[in-house]
Amino acid sequence: MTRLSALFTSTILACAISVPAAAQNTHPVTGEPLAEDQTFQYRLLDQFPSIDPQLIEETAGGHVARQIFEGLLTQNADGTLRPGVAEEWSSEDNQTWVFTLREDARWSNGEPVTAQDFVFAWQRAADPATASEYAWYVELSQIRNAAAAIAGEVGPEELGVRAIDDRTLEVTLSQPLPYFPQMTVHYTFMPTHQATVEAHGADWTRPENIVSNGAYVLDEIAVNEFFRLVPNTEYWGAEDVIITEVTGLVINDANQALTRFQAGEFDMMDDLPAGSYPRLEADMPDVAHSVPRLCSYYYTVNQSESGHEALQDPRVRTALSYAINRNVITDQVLQAGQAPAFSFTHWATAGFELPEIDYATWTQEERMARAMELMEEAGYGPDNPIELNLIYNTSENHRQIATVISQMWRPLGVTTVLNNFEWQSYLEIRGNQNFDVARSAWCGDYNEASTFLDLLTSNNANNDGKYANDEVDRLMAESVALADPQPIYTQVEQILAEDMAILPIYHYTQNFVLDPSIRNWAMQNTENNWYVRDIYRVAAE
Amino acid sequence: MLATKAIADDLATAAPIKGRSLWADARARFFRNRAAVAGLVVLVLVTAFALIGPFIAPWNYEDIDWNVLGNVAEAGRPSLETGHWFGTDALGRDLFARTVQGTQVSLMVGVVGALISVIVGTLYGAIAGYYGGRLDNIMMRIVDVLMSIPYMFVLILLLVVFGRSMLMLFIGIGLISWLDMARIARGQTLTLRGKEFVEAAVATGVAPFRIILRHIIPNLLGVVIVYATLLVPSMIIYESFISFLGLGVQEPLTSWGALINDGAAEMNNGTLWMLLAPLFFFVVTLFGFFFVGDGLRDALDPKDR
Amino acid sequence: MIAFIIKRLLVAIPVLLILIIGTFVLMYTAPGSPFASERGVPPAVLANLEAQYGLDQPFFVQIWRYVVGIVTQFDFGPSFIYRDQDVNDLIGQGFPVTLTYGFWSFVVAVLVGGTLGILAAVRHNTWLDYLAVGVSIGAQVLPNFVLAPILVLVFTLWLGWLPGGGWQGGQWQFIILPVIALSTSFMASIARISRASMLEVLTSNFIRTARAKGLPMRRVIFRHALKPALLPVISYLGPAFVGMITGSVVIDIYFSTGGIGQFFVASALNRDYGVMMGITVLLGALTIFFNLLVDILYAWIDPKIRY
Repeated sequence: MTRLSALFTSTILACAISVPAAAQNTHPVTGEPLAEDQTFQYRLLDQFPSIDPQLIEETAGGHVARQIFEGLLTQNADGTLRPGVAEEWSSEDNQTWVFTLREDARWSNGEPVTAQDFVFAWQRAADPATASEYAWYVELSQIRNAAAAIAGEVGPEELGVRAIDDRTLEVTLSQPLPYFPQMTVHYTFMPTHQATVEAHGADWTRPENIVSNGAYVLDEIAVNEFFRLVPNTEYWGAEDVIITEVTGLVINDANQALTRFQAGEFDMMDDLPAGSYPRLEADMPDVAHSVPRLCSYYYTVNQSESGHEALQDPRVRTALSYAINRNVITDQVLQAGQAPAFSFTHWATAGFELPEIDYATWTQEERMARAMELMEEAGYGPDNPIELNLIYNTSENHRQIATVISQMWRPLGVTTVLNNFEWQSYLEIRGNQNFDVARSAWCGDYNEASTFLDLLTSNNANNDGKYANDEVDRLMAESVALADPQPIYTQVEQILAEDMAILPIYHYTQNFVLDPSIRNWAMQNTENNWYVRDIYRVAAE
Repeated sequence: MLATKAIADDLATAAPIKGRSLWADARARFFRNRAAVAGLVVLVLVTAFALIGPFIAPWNYEDIDWNVLGNVAEAGRPSLETGHWFGTDALGRDLFARTVQGTQVSLMVGVVGALISVIVGTLYGAIAGYYGGRLDNIMMRIVDVLMSIPYMFVLILLLVVFGRSMLMLFIGIGLISWLDMARIARGQTLTLRGKEFVEAAVATGVAPFRIILRHIIPNLLGVVIVYATLLVPSMIIYESFISFLGLGVQEPLTSWGALINDGAAEMNNGTLWMLLAPLFFFVVTLFGFFFVGDGLRDALDPKDR
Repeated sequence: MIAFIIKRLLVAIPVLLILIIGTFVLMYTAPGSPFASERGVPPAVLANLEAQYGLDQPFFVQIWRYVVGIVTQFDFGPSFIYRDQDVNDLIGQGFPVTLTYGFWSFVVAVLVGGTLGILAAVRHNTWLDYLAVGVSIGAQVLPNFVLAPILVLVFTLWLGWLPGGGWQGGQWQFIILPVIALSTSFMASIARISRASMLEVLTSNFIRTARAKGLPMRRVIFRHALKPALLPVISYLGPAFVGMITGSVVIDIYFSTGGIGQFFVASALNRDYGVMMGITVLLGALTIFFNLLVDILYAWIDPKIRY
């Protein structure tokens, strides 16, 4: 080979080797061409009050926590469990659980994530001194001594969680709970770095102080304006993280947000303006999405002494429920793919089987006729009218639904006085039973029917309608010990429908718009848990 | 000109020249002002709309037209056949009836609010101005202090604490502007106090309060009326801001502010009538009040232009 | 003059105290608490929350502690809702934002409005006059919560010239739309006021004398008519300031600027006592200071006024 050709060949070889390193612009698994700009921007409705995992109490903070912290387990795109910091988990009796943590889990300052970090975080959540508004979730998880620790009767160190060694976490529950691993996905159970929290106190979540173990770290935040996350180089899965920057924009007004989305300022928004979904679906079908979401919308009926006496009669409650034309609400008011609800538990809840509920199959005329009969039997009707006080919190959707339903109740001789309150006043009024009917919604905290049904047991703190049925209490208490509680859940729903404990209206969908260049979004996750480390942006065609 | 006998005789037999009162003068000047007259006509028409509207509308303001619900962009258009002359709102309720009802509420809030403002402010200012001295000093200091408070925020707090009712709205909005009125009334009273007829009243031993009520206040009326007409638009604008915050009148009642807000929210859905109908009445009425107010001010001002 | 200023500043102190106490009382009577949650807070946790924020103390103790905190350390306490932040942090972030676009709105309103009004007065009864009056009444009447979304629709979606919101530290692109939305109605008011007052001044005797002496119109306006014509505009500036603070709430909500207007409304609705008190005190102090400034300006322009 001549010197020139040798030079030539080696140059070509050199280029051949260097090219793949310089241009990593196809997705390693699917092979799709990746865009130059791998940033992700999304819109938040309101500023979150905190991103301290033990202090978070609403979804916006939860979304951020899921990116910058990682709990024992996370979820796949379809909602099934996936190893997080914990590689393996097992239990023999569903009462004592052992989690084995991975070796390469690191905090953003390089220190390893140990089981002790989880112990610290969980004890902190149960410690009344932390004053976490989600402490009840720790109680709900049935960890031993949780209730006592939260009430301040024992110290938080008595909580049934301990670190056997740096990589092994043992959790002891007060009773068997087959779905305990599902509960560890929630943000309250995410670990926190003890040294940082103790050094900085309430300031530990500032960008200059924060230490977190997720795929991203907090880089900058301006309250009510925006926040930005950048990749955590110490994260065990950092190599697979494709998105290089996450920005959240706080935009209170939904219409304004939609206008700015259409101008291309960000990639995703949910909480769409009321009634806008059909137009969006028609104009931009690959941008607008409607997927099931594990929440139910219903009206709480005040069955205590402070409510209208008619409401204590199940016939009146049943008549009110029959008179609601749910299809009008889902197909003409909301128009975003929601399903009418005849049960409390969401139809998409894992493993849940709907009972046979008779009025679900009738036509609306049949329901209305039967409703009029029931009202008459109960002794009310147009000649003996009722006036009901309906409260709801400020929102366009709630207002529309309340107005429509109040019209639907008129033929029954029911006059509805509509009362709109802003959120704080509304919670207080509802909590004090100062209403007849209250708009309510409940979202599942984990993907299992008991997250809904527990609400309607008589001593549940959130049972604002004060519905009480001993049979329901007994059955729900039984269900905890069973390996397969589904038949009990179905039975409980049957009882609730017979008593008309609440007036179910519809089951939520998650309606959002997403830039079509973003791929691998968690469309089937009914708990709306999405992780930015899973998504990527493809190049424009 | 030489006074001929003819003219002199004419003068003797001519009717006595009627003097014109201040009010008649002002009225003549007002009606010469075309813009002011136009404004007055508009206000009369809008008031008529608010009063007669409920009787001629085929729909009432809270009934939902089930045929329109769900398909508002098409079926909710303004049309003569469906009886929805202004179209419908996002829930299929007749917009004409709702605009009428909103006009009633907004006009009431504006007028009652301005009235409260005027009554409280004029009395306060007249008393301060008449007595003068220390009482005046203290009262005006209080006004200055109160003027430092961002009133809108107090109003929000009031509405949150005492609940949202029409009465609360009237009182809250009315209390915002009496401070300016008090200042103006006080200034005018100071000038009036030096006039001879007041001196005479004092000299004859009329009680101070009677002097204030019977002599001072009627002479303040000119300025007060002008200011009141200019107050009504700001009351209406405040009310629309309160509706924007979600603290306005309760459903199914509505006001211009609430209707405009809802209409603006639906702008992107191709249903512009929801915004234009209430906005038109809002703008036109406020225009009317402004022109009338300006006209009154020009009319009552003794300086000839 | 100095004595007057000092007297006013001294009066400001009891005023602020009254403001603090008044707001405190109102908040106390409002139903609801910052710690109310749909999920029901356990009693022990609630007790701790209240202890942490001092809400379990008697009313007077709370006020005393609060006032002392402000006076000695300028510390407005923690935010009850944003648990990661202090009130000082939030105000420190939000106040410069509101100040920036507020200042520019003021400048625009006075300059543009004043010029428009004076021009209209000088060209009285011409098409310019009618146009100015029509436009200014229209602008005064258009609510800014209708104007803001229209601006974003036009400039962000259709033209793509400007961002639809955000602040990003105050770069010029983010200031323009908020300033337009906020200043418009005040610009209109100032235009009307300056026009009316200029008309009055132009028909007064000393102006007639000046013109009779043969002075050019420009000289007449700038050297003789302007100062007295501006007097009503200056006394309007006080209420305009308060009005802009109120208007800034809408701007903050629509343009996501992170300013203090929105913090206030949100804190009232969420019962964030700390933020609400902090902003009330701040705005009260600002208003007093601004009114003082206006009075001084008034005295400087009108030599007949003596304090």
